[in-house]
Amino acid sequence: MDQKRIRNFSIIAHIDHGTSTIADRLLEATGALSDRERTDQFLDKMDLERERGITIKAQAVRLNYKAKDGQTYILNLIDTPGHVDFSYEVSRSLSACEGAMLVVDAAQGVEAQTLANVYMAIDQDLEVFPVLNKIDLPSAEPERIKEEIEEIIGIDTSDAILASAKEGKGIPDILEAVVAKVPAPKGDANAPLKALTFDSWYDSYQGVIVLIRVVEGAVKKGDKIKLMATGGVYEVQKVGAFSPHPLELPQLAAGEVGFLIAGIKVVEDAKVGDTITHYHRPAEKPLPGYQDVKPMVFSGLYPVDSADYDALRDALEKLRLNDAAFSFEPENSVALGFGFRCGFLGLLHMEIIQERLEREFGVDLITTAPTVVYRVTTTKGEVLQVESANMLPPVQLIDKIEEPFVLASIHVPNEFVGAVLSLCIEKRGVQRELKYLTANRVMVVYELPLNEIVLDFFDRLKSITRGYASLDYEHLDFRVSRLVRLNVLINGDIVDALSLIVHQDKAQFRGRELVAKMKEFIPRQQYEVAIQAAIGSKVIARSTVKALRKDVTAKCYGGDITRKRKLLEKQKAGKKRMKQVGSVELPQEAFLAILKVKD
Amino acid sequence: MASLYLHIPFCSNKCPYCDFYSQVATAGEIDRYAELLCRDISQLKRCRPLTPPLETIYFGGGTPSLLSPPQIEAILASCATAFGLAPGCEITLEANPGTLADGQLEACRAAGINRLSLGIQSLDEKNLRQLGRIHNVGQARESVNAARRTGFSNLSLDLMFALPEQSLSDLDRELVQLLELDPEHISIYGLSFEDGTEFAARLARGELMACDESLYAEQYRLINERLRAAGFEHYEISNFARPGRRCRHNQTYWQRNSCLAAGAGAHGFDASSWGERWHIPPDLKRYAERIEAGANPAEFLESFTHHSAMAEYLYLSLRTADGLDLERFAERFGCRAEQVFATAREKATPYLQINAEHWFFTPEGWLLYDHLISHFL
Repeated sequence: MDQKRIRNFSIIAHIDHGTSTIADRLLEATGALSDRERTDQFLDKMDLERERGITIKAQAVRLNYKAKDGQTYILNLIDTPGHVDFSYEVSRSLSACEGAMLVVDAAQGVEAQTLANVYMAIDQDLEVFPVLNKIDLPSAEPERIKEEIEEIIGIDTSDAILASAKEGKGIPDILEAVVAKVPAPKGDANAPLKALTFDSWYDSYQGVIVLIRVVEGAVKKGDKIKLMATGGVYEVQKVGAFSPHPLELPQLAAGEVGFLIAGIKVVEDAKVGDTITHYHRPAEKPLPGYQDVKPMVFSGLYPVDSADYDALRDALEKLRLNDAAFSFEPENSVALGFGFRCGFLGLLHMEIIQERLEREFGVDLITTAPTVVYRVTTTKGEVLQVESANMLPPVQLIDKIEEPFVLASIHVPNEFVGAVLSLCIEKRGVQRELKYLTANRVMVVYELPLNEIVLDFFDRLKSITRGYASLDYEHLDFRVSRLVRLNVLINGDIVDALSLIVHQDKAQFRGRELVAKMKEFIPRQQYEVAIQAAIGSKVIARSTVKALRKDVTAKCYGGDITRKRKLLEKQKAGKKRMKQVGSVELPQEAFLAILKVKD
Repeated sequence: MASLYLHIPFCSNKCPYCDFYSQVATAGEIDRYAELLCRDISQLKRCRPLTPPLETIYFGGGTPSLLSPPQIEAILASCATAFGLAPGCEITLEANPGTLADGQLEACRAAGINRLSLGIQSLDEKNLRQLGRIHNVGQARESVNAARRTGFSNLSLDLMFALPEQSLSDLDRELVQLLELDPEHISIYGLSFEDGTEFAARLARGELMACDESLYAEQYRLINERLRAAGFEHYEISNFARPGRRCRHNQTYWQRNSCLAAGAGAHGFDASSWGERWHIPPDLKRYAERIEAGANPAEFLESFTHHSAMAEYLYLSLRTADGLDLERFAERFGCRAEQVFATAREKATPYLQINAEHWFFTPEGWLLYDHLISHFL
């Protein structure tokens, strides 16, 4: 394949600015999809992705496009995940490309999330060209949005494409722009092999399927290859491309994008960012930018019905096959029985895993409040990684506790800056930078403890800025902090699954708010339920859910029996996610009440 | 054992708290309906074979006392022809004090009614007005006296409690007066605000205040105490009877036995296999069309599996003071309730009373019945 006729590009867009629809239109316009296959959003494979309108896994599709110059080009479209939790995956997908199409909603303008990814693309020297989508909307203001793009991002918008993916407008212009603006790949096809792994997933028939961008050299069936970061050695069974259906190819050479199958058993052995080279003629150095991605947020997952424990473990194992960033290990709670402590990249990642477990695997879950990893040094000098309040050693054995900090960049319109600053201060933030990007767009950079972010920071940020702020963060370091364990007692007994690690200055307030919230979530039952918050043995707050006094249907004769029984059955189904803790039934919401506490 | 429920979906006016199927009708329409009902009963035999003769017949509504004595007589004649009436067959008519004309009771008795259920609802004028009843306290008392004069010896009275602004002592006064009327049977119903009723709308608008839960419980306890002291058995959540005077018809429901049904809006149950429930849709026009076409007006509602039948059996039998008879359960379902409902039983303690032969609730458990029984469903 002639490199001059290859274009590798990706789409950068905010979650709901229509990326998937544009991708689908491109597939249709190049004849990659038959009419029958035109289900909306072909590229978002999982139901969950389709419903939430976000892409979780990267995808690479090869399109054959006959351009106006009469030549046929191969366009490799790499769809990237669109969420801060997956920013590392985004960075790897972008580095597989030479160009990126920036899709901006012609009514809403540039969003913070988009900004983070555009900067990433510019940093990697990608050619970025703008497309204004949804110009069919009555509220579309293309001229204003163009100005905004120029001001904030600093790219030329004079020939920005006006499109409406919904109505199919602008699609031919986009295809021409990809050919004209995205540089052809470079790279010596005869050099030792260097191929970037930018996604991988598990297929039950073929093992792990790896998406690669060949940077130098070429790879074909039968080659003995080595993954440079993990050290694994395999024999290539198949290479090819998705168009969008899998198409086996004789080889993939420098500049090309496609898949590789090599009998790899688990995705953990083919990590995103790794470099593939030949075993016998290895490259000297791997491609830059590899990171070992580690879970940052942890929570306990417990089956509501303890009989589902094995089913839950099987389901977690299956998910893990496909998700190297997700971890789990058995955990035992006095209150909840046997379950698992699971690690996630972030809150969205956590929600996605929970939803998949319930939806695809049919396991009813109780999830405990998310926490971060703390570094605890004991008086004996041991250093422990603490992922849950219950792992904290007794106070007298703790020398110090350190918590992870992140560097958070928040983009926000001028009028909300005050609110954002107070939020950051309240969340124990330290200001690093405050910069006016344009006359009314501000970038606020703060050092923040991650544990404040995993609670409700994002929700709060959205609500105080009416959704106009966007957040991106990267991990900084661990810092010594005054942290204490906050316990919750139900009818006098500590419920371990409800224990939290909180900052000393906030313990009092959080405890008070937490018991008040839990009172709202715990339904009245046959006994009074006393809820207390305590630090050590000192109770700092309490509230009571009063016992039910009356809950009875007076009449039950011929015509009432079915109707009233069904009503009760329906109520009972609603209580299915209640976990019996001692004599009290606690709903899922009670375990996550801390997320609803407003500081 | 065979029972038949007959639904009379007419009222002279609609009470603002009631969500039963009923409508205001002319004398001609009622007459027409009585004829359809006779045909329904005759046809019923064909589609619902059961062991005759009938042991209980219940005219429910609506306001069945809007039927004229000749209409009642014709309907009962159809029953007798179709199924036969067992000696001592309990034949109940629900009657509203405001609908009973002079001589009507006597004629009803002559037609075969031997049990009257009088919807007096309250013995306080203010309450009756608020409930939108067409009768007053004087008429309520007079209907009882008239029934006695006519020779009815099996009389049930309905009383409502947990009414807006009804205090414990208000209720206590009404109970004293109720007992002075000396009925054989009393049904007591706490007011509930059913969706779609005028009362529910008034509640939503804040014009009415629902009785506080604790007061409801206090009133329920007071009723239990006063009526038991007067010699009544509290034999079901909402029902009291003098010994030997329980409503035989209603017990078929709680024992989950078969009950035939006729009339628009009626529900029937066939206990064979694990059970099947059906109903006749509450639609007078459709009902007439079906009956005239000689077709079965009933529609299937639900059928049961072994497990759902067991669950419903508990749901119904624990409403009664007799509760669940463990041996009878084992005989009927071929397994032990102790095993099938072990977890639920544990969750319902200590309210669920357990001895070697029975599980049952006391009135304290009944107050939380919906909550407690949901464990078994």
